[in-house]
Amino acid sequence: MAMVFSNMLLVFSISLQLGQYDMMIGNTLKMFSGNLQIQQQDYLDAPKMDRTVPDINQLVASLRQQTPYRYAARASTFALASSEDRTFGIQVTGVEPEFEPQVTALSGLVSEGRYLRDGAAAEIVLGKVMAKNLKVNLGDEITLLGSGKDGSFAAGIVTVAGIFDSGLSDADRAMALVGLSYFQDTFAMHGDGHSIVVSLDTLEGDIEASQQIQQQLAVLTDHVDELKVHDWRALNPGLEQAIQADFISAWFMYGVLILLVALGVMNTQLMSVLERTREFGVIMSLGVKPRMISGLVLLESLLMGLLGLVIGVALGGLVVLYFQHVGLYFPGMEEMAQRFNLPDRIYPEISLLSVLMGPVVVMIFSLVATLYPALRILRLHPIEAMRAT
Amino acid sequence: MSAIECLDLCKYFQQGDSVIKALDHLSVAFEQGAFVCLSGPSGSGKTTLLNAIGGLDELDSGEVRLDGQRIDNLSKSELADIRLHKIGFVFQAYNLIPVLTARENVEFVMQVQGIPAQERHEKANAILQEVGLLGMEHRLPAQLSGGQQQRVAVARAIVSKPKLVLADEPTANLDTRSMEKLMEQFVALNQNHKVTFLIATHDTRVMAYAKRQIKMVDGQIVADETR
Repeated sequence: MAMVFSNMLLVFSISLQLGQYDMMIGNTLKMFSGNLQIQQQDYLDAPKMDRTVPDINQLVASLRQQTPYRYAARASTFALASSEDRTFGIQVTGVEPEFEPQVTALSGLVSEGRYLRDGAAAEIVLGKVMAKNLKVNLGDEITLLGSGKDGSFAAGIVTVAGIFDSGLSDADRAMALVGLSYFQDTFAMHGDGHSIVVSLDTLEGDIEASQQIQQQLAVLTDHVDELKVHDWRALNPGLEQAIQADFISAWFMYGVLILLVALGVMNTQLMSVLERTREFGVIMSLGVKPRMISGLVLLESLLMGLLGLVIGVALGGLVVLYFQHVGLYFPGMEEMAQRFNLPDRIYPEISLLSVLMGPVVVMIFSLVATLYPALRILRLHPIEAMRAT
Repeated sequence: MSAIECLDLCKYFQQGDSVIKALDHLSVAFEQGAFVCLSGPSGSGKTTLLNAIGGLDELDSGEVRLDGQRIDNLSKSELADIRLHKIGFVFQAYNLIPVLTARENVEFVMQVQGIPAQERHEKANAILQEVGLLGMEHRLPAQLSGGQQQRVAVARAIVSKPKLVLADEPTANLDTRSMEKLMEQFVALNQNHKVTFLIATHDTRVMAYAKRQIKMVDGQIVADETR
């Protein structure tokens, strides 16, 4: 019974956790990075202004025609943003206003004013904290000062069209969006950009999509050798590490559960062996070898473990299937999810791994826990065993 | 060569400050086909001697040989093999397996020996009929009287016709008629199949069947008479 319940609990917990991770990854990718990015091969390690994707507008347009994925071109640099009162260093990203909302959720986070409409317009959307620091409101002007791709002095005046509130302090303090065409003109990009963001329908399709895009790049551009397609793991190295760290800490909890079950099984088996000591003594005196009795006790434990595994996995699987269909709602999640244009429920992920991982470990530990009672039988003497009460 | 040889057997038990000498430098030999009664007061060492010959208990010193093979230094597994194929036990406390029926108890040893089911059934039926328990073969030990359990234990010990039967008070719970019937079966097995019987008993009626009577006191043989 303990094994059935713990297996059921493990199946549900691990499925929920894996579902949560998928959701976490999906949400993070939707915030800014997308599933894949095409960049100049050294740009990710050292994002210098001149490490560009040549003729990015033409390339992204061709990719949209040739492949089924969603694309948005970007260019990015650091610049000084000056209002009437203050000056701050910010990260300015040039985006395609008509395509960017297809790959990230930034457009939905605008809390004041509106998102960018025209890629060539001299307007800016910036974070709430940055607006507060610069002491600017909608309609105010900001001067951008920086370096162009060719090292020239770059300057422009933009009007605040919108203010976003992502709730992420780094983004709200230092990030600003302008139209890509405006960015290219102001920073002397000559039609180049820094990255093409790719959005996929599923997390799992990234390898296949990456290969397909790589093949298309070979056809569409002469600069294919200079370009590289990065997956979300490379783009967000901290994310996978955070998930791994979280999974390890979760396994500590699962470990305690498994240990409790194993101790329970050991106690049960030990009691069962102690209760039957007299019977074991009798059958040993009739000629049954101790190792045969020991083997029977292990077999008994294995069968119990298998039964617990099958029933626990079946019941746990049913619970997971139910919540996979209706989702699991946490109070207070709805408001936050709406702001980020994200689902307000967590859907457990059912897979062979999520269903079998926990219960198999429980079964192995249960078998190991039975070793002590089984070994104890090997030390029994028939006469002493028959005298046991 | 004797079928059973015991040389200088010692087995002591500590009880409080005193030492009980269950076997005290005891030496004895039995020929194949012997029919021996061991008598003596409680604590004289009869059961300990049977256990030592059956390889059920460890000795402090001495040697036990069955058919010339020394067994006191064998592993538990080797001893189990010898018990399975050569020795039948009848214990004072019956020692039936409580979760098995009378027939299953009788068949148990044969099953471990690997005898096919059909043959096991036939042999179990025959022996249960001999001990007067046919019709009760589906009962669990708890559903049988003390005497009936004793008869199941005897049937289990002799069903596979071992070379040696070690019986500890086999008639303790039997009425005179049952005792006589049981002893007649023992005698028949002894005479027809040369099965060796070592019977520890207080019952003088049982002793009357013995060809050889050994009396024990304090772990030593004080009298050894052959008729």
